[in-house]
Amino acid sequence: MSSEHHKQSFLTKYIWSTDHKVIGIQYGITSLLWLLFGFLLMMIMRYQLAYPESPIPFVGSLFGESGILPSEMYNSLGAMHGTIMIFLGVVPLAFGAFGNYFVPLQIGAIDMAFPKLNAASYWMYFVGSVIMAIGFFVPGGAANSGWTSYPPLSNIATTGQTVWLLGMVMLITSSLLGSVNILVTVIQLRAEGMTWMKLPIFVWTQFITAFLLLLAFPPLEAAGVLQLMDRLAGTSFFMPSGLVVSGEVLTNAGGGSPLLWQHLFWFLAHPEVYVLILPAFGIVTEIIANNTRKPIWGYNALVYAMVFLGFMSFIVWAHHMYITGMGTSIGAFFQTTTMIISIPSVVILTTLLLSLWGGSIRFNTPMLFALGFIPMFGIGGLTGLPLGLAAADIHLHDTYYVIGHFHYVVAPGTIFALFAGIYYWFPKMTGKRTNETLGKLHFFFSMIFMNGIFMPMFVQGLAGVSRRLWDGGETYAHAADVLYLNEVMSVSAWLLGLAQIFFIVNMIISLFGKKTGEKNPWNATTLEWTDTTSPPLGHGNFEVVPTVYRGPYEYNVPGDDQDFTPQSKKV
Amino acid sequence: MDIPYTVKNRPDTGLYNGKLGIWLFLASEVMLFGGLFSAYIFLRTGVESWPSGSEYLDIPLATLNTLFLITSSVTMVMSWASLKLNDFNKFKIYAGITLLLACAFLVIKYFEYSHKFHVGYFPSYNNFLGIYFTMTGLHVLHIIGGIIVIFYFWIPGAKMWESDPERFTNRIEIVGLYWHFVDLVWIFLFPTLYLL
Repeated sequence: MSSEHHKQSFLTKYIWSTDHKVIGIQYGITSLLWLLFGFLLMMIMRYQLAYPESPIPFVGSLFGESGILPSEMYNSLGAMHGTIMIFLGVVPLAFGAFGNYFVPLQIGAIDMAFPKLNAASYWMYFVGSVIMAIGFFVPGGAANSGWTSYPPLSNIATTGQTVWLLGMVMLITSSLLGSVNILVTVIQLRAEGMTWMKLPIFVWTQFITAFLLLLAFPPLEAAGVLQLMDRLAGTSFFMPSGLVVSGEVLTNAGGGSPLLWQHLFWFLAHPEVYVLILPAFGIVTEIIANNTRKPIWGYNALVYAMVFLGFMSFIVWAHHMYITGMGTSIGAFFQTTTMIISIPSVVILTTLLLSLWGGSIRFNTPMLFALGFIPMFGIGGLTGLPLGLAAADIHLHDTYYVIGHFHYVVAPGTIFALFAGIYYWFPKMTGKRTNETLGKLHFFFSMIFMNGIFMPMFVQGLAGVSRRLWDGGETYAHAADVLYLNEVMSVSAWLLGLAQIFFIVNMIISLFGKKTGEKNPWNATTLEWTDTTSPPLGHGNFEVVPTVYRGPYEYNVPGDDQDFTPQSKKV
Repeated sequence: MDIPYTVKNRPDTGLYNGKLGIWLFLASEVMLFGGLFSAYIFLRTGVESWPSGSEYLDIPLATLNTLFLITSSVTMVMSWASLKLNDFNKFKIYAGITLLLACAFLVIKYFEYSHKFHVGYFPSYNNFLGIYFTMTGLHVLHIIGGIIVIFYFWIPGAKMWESDPERFTNRIEIVGLYWHFVDLVWIFLFPTLYLL
């Protein structure tokens, strides 16, 4: 390799790079910054919820002289919090960053199948995220119709909604390019001997995620185009006849249906839930196998359950729409499919839980986050069951119970898994170690405050407090008994923000720390640890492209002289 | 090190990377247009009366356009087959005809659109015209994209035939797959919007 080495300028090496590892890190840094920004938006909103109509400290001057968060702005922050966290934060981090960096390494490929497309995908995402940010500066502020952008409200909303739609079109195109790339890479570039059932679970999850992105996103693109037409060309795809706005009947042609948007939107957004959770399963599986020092219990069951999960995720979307009046027979169908899809989720969680049985567990930072993921995702999943049944959902729909449910899945669920992945693979990406004490402090404080935010939401939701209320429910009599919880949640949110300082400081001091250069500090079995340097070679990853002889999790194989057997070790 | 299977087929999948990539891309495109066709059905079944296409649209012109596109699909295959037979000059001719037919399609579409606008049939007129303009408009964007790519391989990109003929032939195959898809979308659009 050294003969091919040539000096590259900073720009070609780190900015316009086509190396999958650099692109992965670009994705990682951009999406972490967006996660932080999305969280800051929420911290502002939580002040208004805890202390309605009092001036916001520090940033209040942004919202006018009084310093009070106006209700229109509250809606904007809410819509953008959801959009940013999902489309600019979690998905690019889980799929863009981790997928890009580790899928080629784990399958023994020298790069992605289409390196230039890969770079294009990142820059599309970057431009899309800049467009989203521009939304904050147009008249009327950023999109303010919720992250779901339900029409007709979104059709008559301020310019920010148009900007949001344009941003989404860019992001969808980016994820399309990314998913084609991952799929082709996994299908075509597996090293010799890397058969399908020898793939690490992480690669399986990225593969299924890519399929979901490939097939579920385009209908939202179609919906986005239709809504752009409604907003810019005056069509009425989502506008019913005779709609009255501010006391006046609109003059557009009418005949459209707001339900159409909901169908197209949720056709994406339900598979999107699995896009958020599947990479998390993958990361957690890698870490649990590595730190229990034993094979994953039920590898085949895990793979089949995830494939089935991916397939089923396409036919459950209307369980988000029970109260739209779409009809009870359709409701019954989607209830049934929703109950069925809970089965593979339980299979996955069970295999992870049983994998812990009898292992000699190492409680390092990545393992703590991975272990934290299991019960947190469990709470998120189980509280979802009542929402999948129409009879219960009619009461719980659009209450804080729903907010609690999906945040348990995504925040202490997926985001914990992503933190676990960052701590686990940091030595591989940099050749340096993170600080364990800071990492553990980060974990325990995050764990406590995450629950401090989301657990009370179930209580409020069951009491009937609606989501998206500017005053947090102050004006509703039925909310009076649970109103004090707003302050609990808000204080937890700010403390959670403070707890992230441990993470940020840890990353910075570790980056400037000493290089240990250890190739395989966790004694892992998969190719990225056993066959590459830390960090892997800039161009081509491997000194010798490995051949695979074994399954991904051969820990404590009887007769071997060490407790892990690399995938590339000859049988 | 070069990325494997950019030109040759991987033995166990029988595909080279680009071909698999374009099939996956087309799967995604099916979902995009599938979403729009579903929207069309949803809108049409949701109202009491829905105009028939002939009230607003010009069926003879669209029939001519259908013929243009189908013929262009044939010439697209011929251009790829010519490369397979090592006949570069024939490739030039067939690719040229494909481009010509694609442009003819756009010219007719231009006359159709401008006539509609002239008599006041804008997308906002009713949902039939709205979905007509949205779907055909998106299809036209796909045609324009195809023209750009075919033109690239017709003139500036054709140099690759000298350096790497097999790879160039593969590229034409991939463009061809895309072009057939765009043709196929029109074959669904034509009866749905004009005839039904």
